Amino acid sequence: MKPTEDRGGWSPYLAGGLTGVVAVLSVWIAGKYFGASTTFVRSTGMLEELVAPDRVVGMDYFVKEVPMIDWQWMFVLGIFFGSLIASTTSGSFLWKALPDMWEERFGPSRVKRGVVAFLGGTVAMFGARLADGCPSGHGLSGLMQLAVSGFIALACFFLGGLLIARILYGGGERP
Amino acid sequence: MKMLAYGFITGILFGFLLQKGRVLRYDKQLGALRLIDMTIVKFMLTSIMVGMVGIYLLKDLGIIELSVKAAILGAVIPGGLIFGIGWGFLGYCPGTSVGALGEGRWDALWGVFGMLAGAGLYAEAYPFMKSTLLTVGNYGKITLPQALGVSHWIVIPLFVVVCLALFRWFEKKGL
Repeated sequence: MKPTEDRGGWSPYLAGGLTGVVAVLSVWIAGKYFGASTTFVRSTGMLEELVAPDRVVGMDYFVKEVPMIDWQWMFVLGIFFGSLIASTTSGSFLWKALPDMWEERFGPSRVKRGVVAFLGGTVAMFGARLADGCPSGHGLSGLMQLAVSGFIALACFFLGGLLIARILYGGGERP
Repeated sequence: MKMLAYGFITGILFGFLLQKGRVLRYDKQLGALRLIDMTIVKFMLTSIMVGMVGIYLLKDLGIIELSVKAAILGAVIPGGLIFGIGWGFLGYCPGTSVGALGEGRWDALWGVFGMLAGAGLYAEAYPFMKSTLLTVGNYGKITLPQALGVSHWIVIPLFVVVCLALFRWFEKKGL
């Protein structure tokens, strides 16, 4: 059968509930809460070490977040393989250069999408590091612990995102 | 070494469930930000509810410890808003960008490169942030029950009730 992106999907409530169980087991067994954005800092640090090792050693942020492969780095790598396994075994793996919603609104240019995705990623990660977390660390792990920082961060993530979605796509009318 | 293996296995499980829940998609993430498809919100809130109950049970039994991020308002609020703006353009967050790649959505790759660049930019800006924004409005590693001065077993059921009411509303509206 031809692969389609919806094959083998589960209810988001079921997949989310099981994710909650996995998150609790992770804290119980390994003492580790979910998070993803620090891994990007460590990876950039490792890349910069290839070019200018002496400079990296002297930078405060790379002293705080040492460029190395740790639990979270492997966790983020695992997300890639988990998604690969789930999609290939269910026939929902699809090579896709452009999201449908994007293409409908902004056309078939891959360069346009690439530039916006790159700049969006740059801005997003700068913000995540200033906030000290992303939707995994602040959103999931923070709210699970009822952290005040998590509630504030998640609200701000959505506020910023709602604003941009409105600018890019106009009002909230349904397609 | 054992920690690295734990990280990898946990990541695979998380990535598998993210893919099954169909949240690794630009269309779903922008769908939530345009208030037309609440799949990612259902996934997040269900995992948070389950995780919250599990984590506070294990904490009360003295088995695990919390790891709460500091509520530094001067950093979390602007950082969260900046993240949200970038997220609105990219349509993936740090964890889901890697997962989206795993199911063949390779526009996420430009986002990953952008996020590596963003992490590098923040590392450059960190000494400045440390003496400015990161010193503003620091309320410490505080949880919502601590801030309100009530038991977490009062806050958790309230959180669950609000989520369930929200889910009922989403389903009624077909979101």
